[in-house]
Amino acid sequence: MSESKLKLLSNGLFKQNPAFIQVLGMCPTLATTTSAENGLGMGLATTAVLAMSNITISVVRKFIPDKIRIPSYIVIIASFVTMIDMLMHGFVYDLWKTLGLFIPLIVVNCIILGRAEAFASKNGVIDSLFDGLGMGLGFTGALVLLGSVREFLGNGSVFGVHLSEVKMFAMILPPGAFIALGMLAALFNYIGIRRSKTSKESK
Amino acid sequence: MTTRLVFIFLSAILVNNFVLSRFLGICPFLGVSKKVDTAVGMSIAVLFVMIMASIITWLLNILLVSLGLPFLTTIVFILIIATLVQFVEIVLKKTSPSLYEALGIFLPLITTNCAILGLALLNVQQNYSLLETIVNAAGAGLGFGLALILFSTIRERMDISDVPEPFKGTASALITAGLLSMAFMGFQGLVKL
Repeated sequence: MSESKLKLLSNGLFKQNPAFIQVLGMCPTLATTTSAENGLGMGLATTAVLAMSNITISVVRKFIPDKIRIPSYIVIIASFVTMIDMLMHGFVYDLWKTLGLFIPLIVVNCIILGRAEAFASKNGVIDSLFDGLGMGLGFTGALVLLGSVREFLGNGSVFGVHLSEVKMFAMILPPGAFIALGMLAALFNYIGIRRSKTSKESK
Repeated sequence: MTTRLVFIFLSAILVNNFVLSRFLGICPFLGVSKKVDTAVGMSIAVLFVMIMASIITWLLNILLVSLGLPFLTTIVFILIIATLVQFVEIVLKKTSPSLYEALGIFLPLITTNCAILGLALLNVQQNYSLLETIVNAAGAGLGFGLALILFSTIRERMDISDVPEPFKGTASALITAGLLSMAFMGFQGLVKL
């Protein structure tokens, strides 16, 4: 494993985190993070689709005429989403039921089509795989973080482990999703501002 | 019958608002809500495509079920929506250039709006009749428009107010959306289906 592959992985995880930095795929981010576990499930499902579609698109990238590339990508992505949908229905039925509509909606998650167009259509198979994994895991991390915050505040637990007695039920309801994500975004901005200030002072 | 239709309609607009309680169509909700004019244009385009897409996907679903291919739903629906958006674009360009101008970039963007695919899939899941599907689509589109236009008016107001540095941009927009969503939760229990 060379350094460039690691760079591709960490790029998606931190530098270009799809959910926090690029603000892509907001619908599943807000809807499926009622608990850390749901967030993890959704994130891994998206990662699987992203990695597989990136590989496939990278393999066929030279055969697809430029004009019809977007519809072709959508068909490839939709096929993988259908597969994941059926697999989850078969093996993790409870999770499948909780995530519900948002599993087929992975198709319209702009992260996946975005990576297909921006990366997989121009790079080799291995690089595309690592790019897909990095972006997918970055997305998963963001979902787990948001899910943990909401579960902790709303239900006093993280991953079902009971931690506190304070339960603000609103955090699990839809308004909580918006407010928690807004607060996290503000926190990241604050850290960013602090960092640039200290680096200026040290200069 | 009529009461059921009214219930479906009110539920789609207020109780289960697509943006604020189902989290469908968040990208355009955050993306094009900076100005009221663009918000109105986007809302009209979405309403139009939602109704068209719902009717066509409802008919197609009958075909898919009778052929025993319900697992193809996702693939077929997304292709139909993409084609439909293109088609609407071409027709509007020919028949009503002024409306086409007004909608501009918003038309092609609708393909990736998950509210459209979400609505089509929901209609199928709920086993709605054709009439119920149309009413639900109209409600969903109006609900999307209501949320988007309300939100854009708030954001225009917020532009001229003094927001703390870390909260500028997406952060304050998300928190505003949260408050709006909280207000819409007041409609919970208004309609029971």
